[in-house]
Amino acid sequence: MDRYVQLVLVLVGVPAALVGYIGLVEWVVQRLPDKRQPQVRPWLWIGPAVALLTFFLVYPVLNTVYLSLLNAKSTAFVGLVNYGYALTNGDMLLAMRNNVLWLVFFTGVTVALGLLIAVLTDRVPYEAVAKALIFLPMAISSVAAGVIWKFMYDYRPASQAQTGTLNAIVSSFGITPQPWLIQQPWNNGFLIFVGVWMMAGFAMVILSAGLKGISDEVLEAARVDGANEWAVFWQIKIPLLGSTIAVVTTTIVIAALKTFDIVYVMTSGNFGTDVVARRMIEELFSVRDYGRASAIAVILLLAIIPIMIINIQRFREQEAIR
Amino acid sequence: MTASSMPTTAQPALAARSSSGRWLRLIRGAPLHIAIVLICLIWITPTLGLLISSFRPANLVATTGWWEAFKTPIQFTLDNYKQVLTQQNMGPSFINSLMIAIPSTVIPIMIAAFAAYAFAWMEFPGRQTLFVIVVGLLVVPLQMTLIPVLQIYTGLHITGTFYGVWLAHAGYGLPFSIYLLRNFFGGLPRDMFESAYLDGATPFTAFFQLALPTSVPALASLGIFQFMWVWNDLLVALIYLGGTPSVAPMTLTIANLTNSLGQGWQLLTAAAFISMALPLVVFFSMQRYFVRGILAGSVKG
Repeated sequence: MDRYVQLVLVLVGVPAALVGYIGLVEWVVQRLPDKRQPQVRPWLWIGPAVALLTFFLVYPVLNTVYLSLLNAKSTAFVGLVNYGYALTNGDMLLAMRNNVLWLVFFTGVTVALGLLIAVLTDRVPYEAVAKALIFLPMAISSVAAGVIWKFMYDYRPASQAQTGTLNAIVSSFGITPQPWLIQQPWNNGFLIFVGVWMMAGFAMVILSAGLKGISDEVLEAARVDGANEWAVFWQIKIPLLGSTIAVVTTTIVIAALKTFDIVYVMTSGNFGTDVVARRMIEELFSVRDYGRASAIAVILLLAIIPIMIINIQRFREQEAIR
Repeated sequence: MTASSMPTTAQPALAARSSSGRWLRLIRGAPLHIAIVLICLIWITPTLGLLISSFRPANLVATTGWWEAFKTPIQFTLDNYKQVLTQQNMGPSFINSLMIAIPSTVIPIMIAAFAAYAFAWMEFPGRQTLFVIVVGLLVVPLQMTLIPVLQIYTGLHITGTFYGVWLAHAGYGLPFSIYLLRNFFGGLPRDMFESAYLDGATPFTAFFQLALPTSVPALASLGIFQFMWVWNDLLVALIYLGGTPSVAPMTLTIANLTNSLGQGWQLLTAAAFISMALPLVVFFSMQRYFVRGILAGSVKG
């Protein structure tokens, strides 16, 4: 019962404390001279958020950069040795190759498929149902998706009845069943497809909204001028969707770089499927090398920084319009 | 689906006149419908197979495919669910997932709402710079934070406790919550606040009586997003709760079961479905807020 008491205390206590805090802030601020009030108030309102952000994000990021320059137990400065390891070690090189595969194929296929489904469903009356089905995997955790697809890819020797859906389909065409998750390098493709299955709905919904935002007048004008549907799609819709495609792509690129759960659950990084984010956890918990784990994390961050900059620029542009 | 297959009896004359045209359209449109139905089938089959297998007896799951479940004699059972809930720690894990997810949703949203309101409607030096930092923090990989936070947690002896994950999720959920709510608050009409202040409202009353009530849809989307993110999270639970099965959420328990059960598919599928049940209910009952939340939150690190 102890834990339910904990839960109730937290659910009642923390919100009450937070409202109490803002109430107290106002009580104090009201007693300041009028001129001081607008100078003090904002800082107190953002105070709790700034404190949490500093503790859980800003300080750890800086500290991780520092730890990446120390040895395994963080007792001595070793310079860039951990980066040397992270960029030359065979396991890491394999993981980075796989992340590149994820980057290219997970992103490419998800965006292309999302666009294709958005375009196709746009033309049928049962659009809503089809879209709901495709979007549904977004509600499922990567862990559950891992179980679902491990079961889909399940392998039995050809002499036995296949219980994995994919192998059953394959053998019904007379092809020998395959251990999909073990055969290198194709197993990466099968893992990546799980990611595609999860994220295609996301790409579809955003791109579909973008498609519907294109004004009919523009399209009609092109058709009147004699453009066929193919030309309308490639020369009008795609260029007009440019910024939407960019938003979707950057999001999926981030997911590709941080890929972890699917690989962790489905292969534990074995059979040549390891990825950088899982290597980091491996160094952290199995090897217990804080220096190397930190260096790998920093490499992940460095890969994501270009996207961070793009996001900030995009935000600045939006602000300029507001 | 039903709407399209309904015959158009409303205009018989018109239908008769253009019946040859309709057939032609249907045939020409066939590739389109086949493509969509095929994609939908590929997308739903894995989940369906999981659901069906979770109700099949162990010996059948091990020897026949799930698609043979409806061959006579039809045999379905709830044993798998009973077994994972009582013997494989899924029962306590379900409670743990709720224990973790509810405060991890409420706390960051409240803290973010105060900050977002200040960012949207209060002037202060450095406001823009600070907010740009928040936008940057959106995509910071959590991996960058794990080791230092873990070290502090170990020092404070809160690894393996709910307090640790509540706090961590509150921190990690903030950038996105602040970002979304600030954009929403910022879009509220200025006149509304100005007339309220003329009537003697304070920022406190304007926030609680104007900003929050008008933002219910945004708060709902954000709440669903954050809840689902925490509910489906593996990494944070693995790092801060990893060594303590008694507080493990379902994601962590299932990840461990995939190793220990190996081929026990009837149990793995039941366990996976238990973890999916609540998100699916949320998905089907609040689809609009759900989609909105996911879309807006897609940038989160």
